Amino acid sequence: MTTETQTLRDWLLSETPTSRRHARLAAFYKGWLTLRANHMAMIGLAIIALLLGTALFAPWLAPHDPFVQDLAFRLQPLGTEGHVLGTDSLGRDILSRMIYGSRITLYIVALVVMIAPIAGLLVGTIAGYAGGWTDIVLMRITDIFLAFPRLILALAFVAALGAGIENAVLAIALTAWPPYARMARAETLTIRSSDYISAIRLQGAGPMRIITKHIWPLCISSLIVRVTLDMAGIILAAAGLGFLGLGAQPPSPEWGAMISEGRRFILDYWWIATMPGLAIFTVSLAFNLLGDGLRDVLDPKDSSS
Amino acid sequence: MNAFTKLMGTAALGFAMGAVALPVMAETPANMLVIANRIDDITTLDPAQSFEFAGSDVLRNIYGRLVNFDPLDLDAGYQADLATSWTVSEDGRTITFTMREGVKFHSGNPVRAEDVAFSFKRVVALNKTPSFILTQFGFTPENMDETITVDGNTVSITTDKRYATSFVLNCLTATIAGIVDEVTVMANEVDGDFGNEWLKTHSAGSGAYSLASWKPKESVTLNANPDFYLGEPAMKRVKVTHVQESATQRLMLERGDIDVARNLNPADVEGIRKAEGVEVMEEMRGRLMYISMNQKHPELSKPEVRQALKYLIDYEGMQNSFLKGAYVTHQNFLPRTYLGAVDENPFSLNVEKAKALLAEAGVDGLELTVGVRDAQERLEIGQSLQNTFAMAGIKLTLEVGTGKQVLSKYRARELDIYLGAWGPDYPDPHTNAGTFAYNPDNSDAAQATGLLAWRNAWDTGGLTEKSAAAVVEGDRSKREAMYHEIQATFRDTSPFAVMFQKIEPAGIAENVEGLNLGGAITAVSYWAVTK
Amino acid sequence: MASTHYTPKRQPRLPLPSWLKGTLVTLASISVTMLGLLFVTFFIGRVMPIDPVLAVIGERATQDQYHAAYLELGLDRSLAVQFAYYVWDVLHGDFGMSLLTARPVSQDIARVFPATMELATIGIIFGIVLGVPLGVIAAVRRGSWIDQIARVVALVGYSMPIFWLGLMGLLLFYGILGWVGGPGRQGIFFEDTFPSITGMILVDAALARDWPAFKDAFSHIVLPASLLGYYSLAYISRMTRSFMLEQLSAEYVTTARVKGMSEWAVVWNHAFRNIRVQLITVIALSYAGLLEGSVLTEIIFSWPGIGNYITTALLSADMNAVLGGTVVVGLIFVCLNIFSDLLYKIFDPRSK
Repeated sequence: MTTETQTLRDWLLSETPTSRRHARLAAFYKGWLTLRANHMAMIGLAIIALLLGTALFAPWLAPHDPFVQDLAFRLQPLGTEGHVLGTDSLGRDILSRMIYGSRITLYIVALVVMIAPIAGLLVGTIAGYAGGWTDIVLMRITDIFLAFPRLILALAFVAALGAGIENAVLAIALTAWPPYARMARAETLTIRSSDYISAIRLQGAGPMRIITKHIWPLCISSLIVRVTLDMAGIILAAAGLGFLGLGAQPPSPEWGAMISEGRRFILDYWWIATMPGLAIFTVSLAFNLLGDGLRDVLDPKDSSS
Repeated sequence: MNAFTKLMGTAALGFAMGAVALPVMAETPANMLVIANRIDDITTLDPAQSFEFAGSDVLRNIYGRLVNFDPLDLDAGYQADLATSWTVSEDGRTITFTMREGVKFHSGNPVRAEDVAFSFKRVVALNKTPSFILTQFGFTPENMDETITVDGNTVSITTDKRYATSFVLNCLTATIAGIVDEVTVMANEVDGDFGNEWLKTHSAGSGAYSLASWKPKESVTLNANPDFYLGEPAMKRVKVTHVQESATQRLMLERGDIDVARNLNPADVEGIRKAEGVEVMEEMRGRLMYISMNQKHPELSKPEVRQALKYLIDYEGMQNSFLKGAYVTHQNFLPRTYLGAVDENPFSLNVEKAKALLAEAGVDGLELTVGVRDAQERLEIGQSLQNTFAMAGIKLTLEVGTGKQVLSKYRARELDIYLGAWGPDYPDPHTNAGTFAYNPDNSDAAQATGLLAWRNAWDTGGLTEKSAAAVVEGDRSKREAMYHEIQATFRDTSPFAVMFQKIEPAGIAENVEGLNLGGAITAVSYWAVTK
Repeated sequence: MASTHYTPKRQPRLPLPSWLKGTLVTLASISVTMLGLLFVTFFIGRVMPIDPVLAVIGERATQDQYHAAYLELGLDRSLAVQFAYYVWDVLHGDFGMSLLTARPVSQDIARVFPATMELATIGIIFGIVLGVPLGVIAAVRRGSWIDQIARVVALVGYSMPIFWLGLMGLLLFYGILGWVGGPGRQGIFFEDTFPSITGMILVDAALARDWPAFKDAFSHIVLPASLLGYYSLAYISRMTRSFMLEQLSAEYVTTARVKGMSEWAVVWNHAFRNIRVQLITVIALSYAGLLEGSVLTEIIFSWPGIGNYITTALLSADMNAVLGGTVVVGLIFVCLNIFSDLLYKIFDPRSK
């Protein structure tokens, strides 16, 4: 290997990293190579990229305003001129609504992902690191939330807080954090007793510093896998709440709510409920495919492939 | 390893075969009527307490009343039922009923005048929500032994003042005036509850059917009364099963699993019209759909703004699209077929006019919230309002909740606008006049939460007195004219925009005859049904 | 493996045999969890903006009637007192009256729970019968087309909105093809034709040897149960596959192969035998998930089960019903978890 002709690729695949950043980038690149070899994961990634693009460029992509009604032109079939996916009960363009709906889906996913894993990580690592009564109390609380039927807990919270998308997000996050807490605790327990942490402690690092600087980074990779695999569940839960009328409120084009609106016409106008159903399915599948692939890359000990 | 594949294949195939070989039912039994309906609103089957649609449907077939409607001729008005005749005293305050001889309760006990007195006193003493239908005549726990009296085969009721006799008798056709079997009920009394707890899940009536079982949110089953005084009903058993979805009801009807589907949405009604072996019957019901504007809101209390909103509703568009066949435009508080009902619908979508009215009131950029319960048709109406209000620059936000959630806020006078439905309680014009156009004390402290006018903080501008006068007017045509006048003022000035009246389209199997859903005035009756 | 049963690190030293100590700790942890569950549900119920009084008296009540019902429900007492009363009653087996059904909640649960149990049981059987072989084959033929298919089948299962699939299934198999019975548990003909002993219609019909009724009930349960079964199939097949892979890469398998043992024997007699305990744990968890009341499936199929019961109760502020239902479901969940933990402890040498 000669430094003169070294490509970026060679640099990334170098066996002897020259700096921390180099090592990290190299590890990342190797992971990416493994992931790229997994066709299904790449399909998942492509779909998610497409979803992001759709959400980002919704105003340019959507042929119509998703909220404009036309009662004289309602329940149009697939392939109608100007309305490729037909129109709904109030004469709104289904395609445009689905395109705008992707924003809501992403919004929900992003919010839940920002709340649940972080809350879980916090609770889990503190419980695991502190031990003793803190551990007992925190884990008991976790168990209580785990013992709840998930959708029912979410329903109860939405009912208590009032229907709406933010409250639906909160409710889903509330049901989603306990598994993260358990996972983070288990990891913390193994890391805590390692020589590496003992050494740092001997150097005089406080618990806060140890948790944030040394334990959290080690939990991240399994957390990411779990989050990706949970995304589908989050999307489905949000759609379920929307379906029950407790998620996004009209006239918001949330996919679950669209199914709920369309199910009344399911016998004669099946596409109204089917199109958003397919959208939910496709996006959840994409996250599952990607999550499955990521697990192979990031979490080899738990690999099932 | 091929063995696994085979095994799996066989399992899958066997499963599929099993599914194919299953029997498909095509018809319900000839002497049984099977109905799909939403019955999850039933919380009690005690006639003194029941106040929901599905409950009235059940109780109309179980309990006889002094006067009642003939399912085959609703237009004839109230007819003799357990009473054969009645006389009114000179001062107009006392009505004496003569009981029909030889009628028996399901228990075999005879129906006596004492049972009538007991049933009415029971209502007064229990004081449950619908009790006002009787207590508005001045009955109280203190005076009821003097005002409700028995003499041999007759029972008399004395009202606190003179009312139109038709008003009193109309009230006696309501669910709450059902006659219960005193002996049976009192045998099941617990802690002085007049058998209320027991009657929630049992029946003690003399009507065409007795209650076989009520499984909450699942089904109600009725057995025919072989000794019914009008003759044993042809349908020996009536089963009402709870089916939430319209599409499901339609599938079950088309597959012959049920005889009647009660909750069909317009799309499914259209579908059933095209299907074979089933037909659609439509009946005008009493339920109204309206929006109301809270007069505590500074802008909504301006008369021009109230008018403007009435011009911002696409009555016709909604009626001809998603409400087609389920609601018709009706802008008055008395449902069609009621005494005093009028057919004038002066408002239509007129954005220019609305804008002019808003400008006149000096209102610009108004933002409002409307409380809507999470039923699809209401959500659609809400979204349509959102759309048309926006045309005049009004931003309308939907606040969606379960029925009880939205209602709590409405009763607390906390909503800007409420999108609601109102069904009459008894077949007399006062049932609606007494709530839409009657509000004797508009103060917060009055807590008249039962009155729609109060809930919207509307002092009625003099209609309260007119409504009170109309209810005591004995002359039918004078009374009718009074209601015409009240409604004309109401239409124009009130904070209520009554929009639609309900039509119930029921899908029925072709062989079902004689079913009557009760029109705008009463509930369904099964005893005249044949197949 | 997720587990609810958690034993604290520093146990007090009591002079008790270890099994008794274990049992006591387990019981204590169950009671704390259940109490917490009750508290959270109770609290949610009380802050909910749905007025339980209105649920009882309806829209047109006057303020007097409202107040009377308010007192009758005991809502004038402080929250803490209400909670204490409630817990006291529950400890005596009294879940109170349901506002909506006018019956004791315990009676309601006894009626709706068998419906859920029946559905979940048929569902889990479906999941096991198809999921386990699928997982084993996928592991044995790792990387083959059948492995890929198994993977897709599982991922599709994880990704499908069940309410949508349910609607579509109902439309296709009941509406268009007429292969299965409609929503609900039985055809109207068969209701109340045989004694209800267990509350599970299939079992009751079989006990009464009423085969037409059995067939009818089966035709109603087959669609929702296979939907639920599909979900557990997805989970079970994935887990089976990964357990099997672990075993198949173990040394003793290679040894057995070298010895010339048939592939069938290697897979079933050795590898599969070793994953039984893990598998039972997975199945128990999956079953617990189904028993939690598959709310959406029950709603789509008008299935009068516990998920449906709790949901409708919740939306009408029938808090006694919600609390009772949640406690029962939570208890079952916790117990199944403990059961799988125990199995692990007893049979898995590694956890000792």
